[in-house]
Amino acid sequence: MSPTESAITLTVNGARRTVRVSPSTTLLEMVRTRLELTGSKECCAEGECGACTMILDGEPVNSCLVLAVETDGSEVTTIEGIGGAGMTPLQESFLTAGAIQCGFCIPGMVVAATALLERIPRPTESEVREGLSGNLCRCGGYSRISAAVMAVAGGNAAT
Amino acid sequence: MTGAGLGLSTPRVGGTDRVTGAQRFAADIAIEDVLHIALVHLDCGHAAIEEIHTSAATGIEGVVRVFTAEDFPNPVPRFGPRFADRPVIATGETKYHGEPLAAVVAVSKEAAADGAAAVRVEYKELPGVYSIDDALDPDSPLVMDPGLRTGDDPLADSNVRQRWDWGWGDVDSTEAELVIDEIYTFPMVTHFSIEPHTFAAAPEGGGVTVWSSIQHPYFLQGTLASLLDLPISKVRVHAPDPGGGFGGKGFPKYEPLVAMIALELGRPVRLVLTLEETFQAVRRTNARLQLRTGFARDGRLVFIDAIEDFMMGAYADIAPRVISKSSYFAAGPYKVESVRAVVRGLMSHTTPSTAFRGFGAPQMTWAIESQMDAAARALTIDPVEIRLLNLAGPGEEIVPGDRPADGDWRQALNIAAERVGWGEPLLPGHGRGISVGLKASATAGASYCILRILHDGSVSLIAGTSDMGQGARTILSQLVSENLGVPMERVTLVMGDTAVVPFDYSTSASRSTVFMGSAVVDACQKAIAELRGKTAVQHKVSVEDVVFTPGQISIDGAVYTLPEVLNDVFGAVPGEIIVTGSQRGEGDANHPLGGPASFYEVSCTASEVWVDFETGDFELVKHITVADVGKAINPQHVEMQDEGAAVMGLGHTLMEHLILDEHGRIVNLGALDYRIPTFKDMPATMESVLVENGDGPGPGGAKGSGEGGLLATSPAIAAALSQATGVVIKDLPLTPERVWEAMHGGDEGHEQ
Repeated sequence: MSPTESAITLTVNGARRTVRVSPSTTLLEMVRTRLELTGSKECCAEGECGACTMILDGEPVNSCLVLAVETDGSEVTTIEGIGGAGMTPLQESFLTAGAIQCGFCIPGMVVAATALLERIPRPTESEVREGLSGNLCRCGGYSRISAAVMAVAGGNAAT
Repeated sequence: MTGAGLGLSTPRVGGTDRVTGAQRFAADIAIEDVLHIALVHLDCGHAAIEEIHTSAATGIEGVVRVFTAEDFPNPVPRFGPRFADRPVIATGETKYHGEPLAAVVAVSKEAAADGAAAVRVEYKELPGVYSIDDALDPDSPLVMDPGLRTGDDPLADSNVRQRWDWGWGDVDSTEAELVIDEIYTFPMVTHFSIEPHTFAAAPEGGGVTVWSSIQHPYFLQGTLASLLDLPISKVRVHAPDPGGGFGGKGFPKYEPLVAMIALELGRPVRLVLTLEETFQAVRRTNARLQLRTGFARDGRLVFIDAIEDFMMGAYADIAPRVISKSSYFAAGPYKVESVRAVVRGLMSHTTPSTAFRGFGAPQMTWAIESQMDAAARALTIDPVEIRLLNLAGPGEEIVPGDRPADGDWRQALNIAAERVGWGEPLLPGHGRGISVGLKASATAGASYCILRILHDGSVSLIAGTSDMGQGARTILSQLVSENLGVPMERVTLVMGDTAVVPFDYSTSASRSTVFMGSAVVDACQKAIAELRGKTAVQHKVSVEDVVFTPGQISIDGAVYTLPEVLNDVFGAVPGEIIVTGSQRGEGDANHPLGGPASFYEVSCTASEVWVDFETGDFELVKHITVADVGKAINPQHVEMQDEGAAVMGLGHTLMEHLILDEHGRIVNLGALDYRIPTFKDMPATMESVLVENGDGPGPGGAKGSGEGGLLATSPAIAAALSQATGVVIKDLPLTPERVWEAMHGGDEGHEQ
């Protein structure tokens, strides 16, 4: 362990965690390697693709751009913290809408869409497209992802 | 063979893990005691390596060792799917921007990256071959060492790696009323899988175990066995489901480097490319296509006279196959009297190009279809009519003596026209375009699987297809469920481990539903035969008296469920039915492509655009794709793939192109500067329509699908733009700048 590392304490998916991190470690790196939560993905590492999206103190962030040390005392939700034991209606909706192809972007999409619906419970389709435009899907599943979100927006879920 | 399971849109098998984050991709797999690799490359395309100073790097805490060419056998081993021309690590010179010349191994990713930054390289930048013109210039340096060519290659003293001459009939004596002579270009684009390429290796059991995000694990296994002089059985490849492949993850790239380092160190090592490094590792073959196309007065296509140049890159990879297989179908889906095509595969000091969804056909389709539109305009024939006139009907040949048309392509075209509202009045600034694309599927190859009916009647299917987003697990499970009458949730697929799973040629060419699907049906039939035989013995009746219907067996009116049958035939000591299934395509050594295509993948695209005349920007009002799929085993999955292909086609049509500077550097390296379609680029309306006539060679009459949606994107949109603006553009992508310049009398792309 390097002498420059420092200990931070934060809440991840509802559990308090204390982790030693170096000044350059990103939130994404810390969550994936130190906390062994690998659901959040790394692609562009420059905040352009959204594969690493997490919710930090209520806001969606590209966790590849956030330094771990900045999250001391914060509350973080990763894909593993969405839905608990079962799946949320949004996650179910992704399945039924056929929104999942390779799946690599999907955790980030689900987290971003969850945050979007928190902020705008009844979004229009263009608000969904705008709100998720920072998340790239190379399989091109955009229209089905947007349909999946719209299907549960404002409690539209057929449950 | 029909039944309830085929044609049902059952949800994605593996979908739950993907939506909860539980799915483990290659970089998510924990490997104990693993070391990390960072690559060192130079900031130019072509350079002579003079000296590599590694001491500063090895002095960094955590750095274990720095590997350069000197640490590998001399000469450095080479490999490649067509020619063994790619060295495991750069030796003597680097031939493209990003070619690794050193690999730093460290205990952490950070230390490896710090080490890579500390490696100092003395090098001399050399003149490079960075364009098609450069490659054809006899004064340009040779990219490839002529000594690596085999035999007495008359092209050895040029940058033409391979030349093909396709043709039939006599172009010179074919009379044409109209000749359109144009040049089209198709840019370099990169795959941009959201999962960056990931590799790991560890010594194991006197051999090596490798993890890779690869699409063709068996090809990798063979390459490693040969490079490392190991029996194939001592090379184990774990191939977890790739996070997108699109052809870019087909063939080995840095796995040999990683495997050799692991063996040398006696420890596991891992290399996860940055997105920028994936741009430097894989791309689509760019092309310049010069077509002289002759038409009769009535619009009949009479000849194609073409010079087609494809820039392959620094190493051949699979590009020669991309080029030959696409250019061979010189007229796409059309009948034509005569063809003469000179096709060249060129070496360049650029990223080696490789397979990319559509496998050369989007490039060809861009030129062939744009010519059809040019002829339609010149002859004042409706673009749909001119296509209907020339499309091969079912059973008609598109290349003389080769596999004839295997679908009703006119039906697909008519559907596309109808769905886009062809012929209806257009609002000002709007235009429509329509286009057809053809891609030939696999010509040969084999797929094997093992099917086990366990003693409770559930099924384990062991099959080597890579599920990279196309949903192979779902389709193959549906086939088992359909044929054996076992519920989907009682079928488990085992994939992605060459130590356990039998050989599959590749996951490419939209072949898996046809090849592996047929192997699975074969296995199911064998399992049924075995069940019937064993039941007959048990019941002391003849096999003919044992009737199998999905899920049950009946003898003389008495009905037994599968678990009952298994319990019955094995008695107190449990057992299972184990069978293998296979599907082989042997090819034909005398065929120019090694065999005729097992089916054609044909897709029609119709698009309506609205152009902002002020800015040259335009919006897609409506985008329709029609796929001739034979039979959709899972319609939702096919539509997902088809829509996804269409979106990918929007990328190379509207915005994507890698830009090189005079040093051969990729200028727009990374997600910030290289744009791919986002939610905001979606057409206002997008539809995927499937044509199902059961005329394919796969289960239920299926053909492969999933690539077609991008074949015809560019010409359809360009034609729509032409209709809206009156300008014709022959270079992709159709950026607003390019459109604006064409509209305002720029020197590019103006026809009239």
